[in-house]
Amino acid sequence: MRFLSDDAVAHLRVITEQPDLSGTRYDLVRELGRGGMGIVYEVRDRELERNVAMKVVEQEWGAEARIIAALEHPGIVPIHDAGILPDGRLYYTMKLVRGMRLDDWARQGHSRTERLRLFTRICEPAAFAHANGVVHRDLKPENVMVGEFGAVLVMDWGVAGVGTPGYMAPEQTRRENPDARSDVFALGALLAFLLRDDSIPRPLAAIIARAMSTEPAMRYANADALADDVLRHLDQEPVSAYHETLLERAGRFLTRHRALVTLIAAYIVMRVIVFFWMRL
Amino acid sequence: MNKILVGVIVGAVLGLIDGATAWFTPEVRSQMLGIIIGSTMKGVIAGIAAGWYARRVQSVPKGIAFGFIVGLVLAFAVAAMPNPDGTHYWWQIMVPGSILGGVIGWATQRYGRPASARAAN
Repeated sequence: MRFLSDDAVAHLRVITEQPDLSGTRYDLVRELGRGGMGIVYEVRDRELERNVAMKVVEQEWGAEARIIAALEHPGIVPIHDAGILPDGRLYYTMKLVRGMRLDDWARQGHSRTERLRLFTRICEPAAFAHANGVVHRDLKPENVMVGEFGAVLVMDWGVAGVGTPGYMAPEQTRRENPDARSDVFALGALLAFLLRDDSIPRPLAAIIARAMSTEPAMRYANADALADDVLRHLDQEPVSAYHETLLERAGRFLTRHRALVTLIAAYIVMRVIVFFWMRL
Repeated sequence: MNKILVGVIVGAVLGLIDGATAWFTPEVRSQMLGIIIGSTMKGVIAGIAAGWYARRVQSVPKGIAFGFIVGLVLAFAVAAMPNPDGTHYWWQIMVPGSILGGVIGWATQRYGRPASARAAN
């Protein structure tokens, strides 16, 4: 009796899983990745002569395509086309994102300011979706792509019944209906992930704590409010999540208005020198 | 409030304060009123110049430098006027004057409606 090698079995498995693209205008290039809801391939669009990403899912997960197609935002991957394969599976094609996943980007040693600015860009498509009544439900570093010029794209929208430990809000684990505040919880966890190698300043720690409150009512109402607080921190302004002491407020003022404080101090010193000089 | 107006107000206030510090120099107390008026006018002129500059150049360091130079020039004009005994208070007037010019330059850069906002409206 002859047996197939492990490599042969693995190859057969890949072949049988490959989508049958006959009848479509696409040619398979390679598999890009796979998640719980489907497999993503790079395919060649013969008509437009460009490579795009194709996601192949079971038909019951087709809601994602309709959700994304209804959301037009620079941070949400645009849907080009959708259809049904001969094997009954649903496919939809979208822009092929050239970049890296957020978890890979975070390993590159970017400054805290860069990471915070990127985080606010992640909040933008989430805020847009919230304003249009859409909840992502599975925000995590693996679902965020950072493009070549720092552009951010959030993937895998609106798929019910999923979530990732550490990023899933408590109400999601209880199978309650998630809303925008569930995404805020995930964004808070994402922010903590981006800052995990840092000593986190108190205002930022307070922002994270508020975003990840176990009670939805205690969190930011939506991604916009969360991003606003992070931007205020970046601009050295007080954040809503943190009550500063008088000393901290003075320190922030001194930091923010360093030039003015230096000039006034120089003027006072000069006046004192003049005062004593005139008495020599 | 546009940047020139910010410059006028900040310049007037700082000029007034700077002029009032002459009280700590007994030799010139008799000239206090003239000193305060002159210092206030100097501040207003510096504020107008710094505000005008801030409407064209958006840069805090450049604004501070411009205000510093304007303050220095105006303070020089004042310091060049001899005291009754023929002496000049050069650095005593020019150094604080130029520093306050820098403060006026900072204020006009940070506050006030820029020229582009008016054009957009």
